[in-house]
Amino acid sequence: MSTDTGVTTSKSASSAAGERLLEVEHLTVKFPTADGLVNAVTDLSYGVARGQTLGIVGESGSGKSVSSMAVLGLHDPRRTRIEGSIRIDGQEVIGLSESRLRKIRGNSAAMIFQDALASLHPFYRVGKQLSEAYGAHHPKASARDGRRKAIEMLDLVGIPQPDRRVDDFPHQFSGGMRQRAMIAMGLINDPSLLIADEPTTALDVTVQAQILDLLGDLQREFDSAIIIITHDLGVIAEMADEVLVMYAGRAVEYGATRELLTHPEMPYTWGLLSSVPDVSADPDARLLPIPGNPPSLLDPPTGCSFHPRCVHVDKVPGDLCSTSTPELTPGGRGPGHLKRCHLADPDRIYATEVLPEIAPDLADGSATPAPSTATPSTTPPTTKEA
Amino acid sequence: MFAFIVKRLLAGLLVLGTLVVSIFVLFWYGPRSPVQGLCEQRTNNRCTSEFRAQLEENFGYNNPMLSELGKYVGGIFTGRDIQLGASTFVECSAPCLGLSYRTFVPAFDELIRRLPATISLAVGAAVIILLVGVTSGVLAARRRGTVADKALVSATLLMSSIPYVLFALLIYLYLNVINEVFPEAGYTPLTENPVAWLSGLLLPWLALGLYNSTQYTRFSRGAMIDALSEDYIRTARAKGLSSRTVTFKHGLRSALVPIVTIFGIDFAFLLAGTIFTEIIFGINGIGRWGLEAIQIEDFPVVQTTVLFGAIVVIVANIVVDILYGVLDPRVRIS
Repeated sequence: MSTDTGVTTSKSASSAAGERLLEVEHLTVKFPTADGLVNAVTDLSYGVARGQTLGIVGESGSGKSVSSMAVLGLHDPRRTRIEGSIRIDGQEVIGLSESRLRKIRGNSAAMIFQDALASLHPFYRVGKQLSEAYGAHHPKASARDGRRKAIEMLDLVGIPQPDRRVDDFPHQFSGGMRQRAMIAMGLINDPSLLIADEPTTALDVTVQAQILDLLGDLQREFDSAIIIITHDLGVIAEMADEVLVMYAGRAVEYGATRELLTHPEMPYTWGLLSSVPDVSADPDARLLPIPGNPPSLLDPPTGCSFHPRCVHVDKVPGDLCSTSTPELTPGGRGPGHLKRCHLADPDRIYATEVLPEIAPDLADGSATPAPSTATPSTTPPTTKEA
Repeated sequence: MFAFIVKRLLAGLLVLGTLVVSIFVLFWYGPRSPVQGLCEQRTNNRCTSEFRAQLEENFGYNNPMLSELGKYVGGIFTGRDIQLGASTFVECSAPCLGLSYRTFVPAFDELIRRLPATISLAVGAAVIILLVGVTSGVLAARRRGTVADKALVSATLLMSSIPYVLFALLIYLYLNVINEVFPEAGYTPLTENPVAWLSGLLLPWLALGLYNSTQYTRFSRGAMIDALSEDYIRTARAKGLSSRTVTFKHGLRSALVPIVTIFGIDFAFLLAGTIFTEIIFGINGIGRWGLEAIQIEDFPVVQTTVLFGAIVVIVANIVVDILYGVLDPRVRIS
């Protein structure tokens, strides 16, 4: 529970020079289990400013959800070892007492979960669950205030006849309505930070688009910072200002969405892009999945944790990939672009080897041996318009 | 909901009807004469075949089986007079379940007389079972994996592995006979003397309640751990609710569904007769009555206690089904 930065935990430190609403620094989360220590998140740093959206992508088990649950202090302290620093509006979250954490949760920082059917209590009416979230941070509010607020929020997220639906149980809602209710619950106390953990998984595509539009509208209205956790690059392309790519508990690439999707410099990101079906491409073309499986976090590979699955290992001299963990170093795409890879000239490999495979029409034209300087206006190779 | 209850009640009546007929037929065609026990009792174990034949004649066992079954079933609805000797009749009003072969008192009247003792015992024990069992189970679930949790679970396993007869006997001996820590066990009707009712039942309640609460500790612990690992618990925590609200309002509410299921059946068994407790602590309840009836082959009493047990189990099941709907809106029938 140590905080290795010297930042005070006082609220008055809010919006100090250049500090974003959420600052996560050197976050490490470990779970001691009977089989050993699970290194769920290792040395992770990121931040989001008000009005901005950060997308976190990665496979299952890459630490996406674990790190964001740490932001709300939702891990059981007896079963978790957390190090590093998480500051919401200047306030340090790590090491905060349960009662202080409770004042943040659902209030200034809220979370909406995937699978709204499982995440809403099946035995309580939707309105009751919403007003409970309101009442938790408005102790003086009466039951009628809570109900009125619940109806107002259901109306805001586009539930028809909210004054009647407020008395429904979650199972009486459709999948899209449940997810809207989840969002309404997340937003009921006007949080400045909203973490959406796969908010559109298990919804059909039209409903997905509605939910994403809704999140965007609400963000403009409340000027909240949003973190979207997803494995859908289409969602990232549509929603996120910045992207954090995670692999085996570490950040492997981090940067502005547009730059990162057009000029990724880390083979894992290439792999993610290759795995996205291209609607304009030949329907018989095979998808190019990343070979192998995500590594065990109990016993992660030595060196770069992606090296056992990386097809470009032979381009790195010696056995650097399997012996030394690459540092997160500035990439070639301007300030804020970070990558964790030993490859010397990733841009050239991407342009000559990866791009022709995943988007041949783009590779032929503009993107011949791209130097590390910015090449403007290359559209993302895949689903920019999700 | 109403149609559902009616349907369940009709199904229950069908079960009862089958039971009435099959027990009657079993005794009628059984390997021993249904009045053998009565005959031995009357003659101090020197039952002669003449006397037995006379008893069989008196109780109608020489008539066709169906006509006697008809009389028995008819008596349940309308009552009947039962002939004992040449000119002795006993009036057995509806619902007549026959006369006890030992006392010649209508079995139903005796059942009603003994019912308060058994209900008092069962309800008190049930309160202890639920309070102690569920509370300790919830506490253990909240501290799962800790030394306190493991100690509690081990203690309940240890207690469950002692046979109940031994447990109840030891409690009676040590807390009532050798050391008079508790007031003397026994049953006084509540309406007669509430203080005596309470003090007499205190020790039986504790013995029955504590022993049976151990399985509820483990069961509620498991149900709570399941409930607390649900996604909606994480949601509740993420809303900023207090740990107590999360545990009890969101967790226990879900865990109650499986607890209610087994409690319904267990409570039915408590009501149908707690034989050992009644015998050890000297309470004249239904369990003890049924056991004695089996020993002396008192067929009408055996029939009555079996029917009573069946009714209690059927009603408990219906109540549990209704409670499901109260607890879980998804199974509510509109």
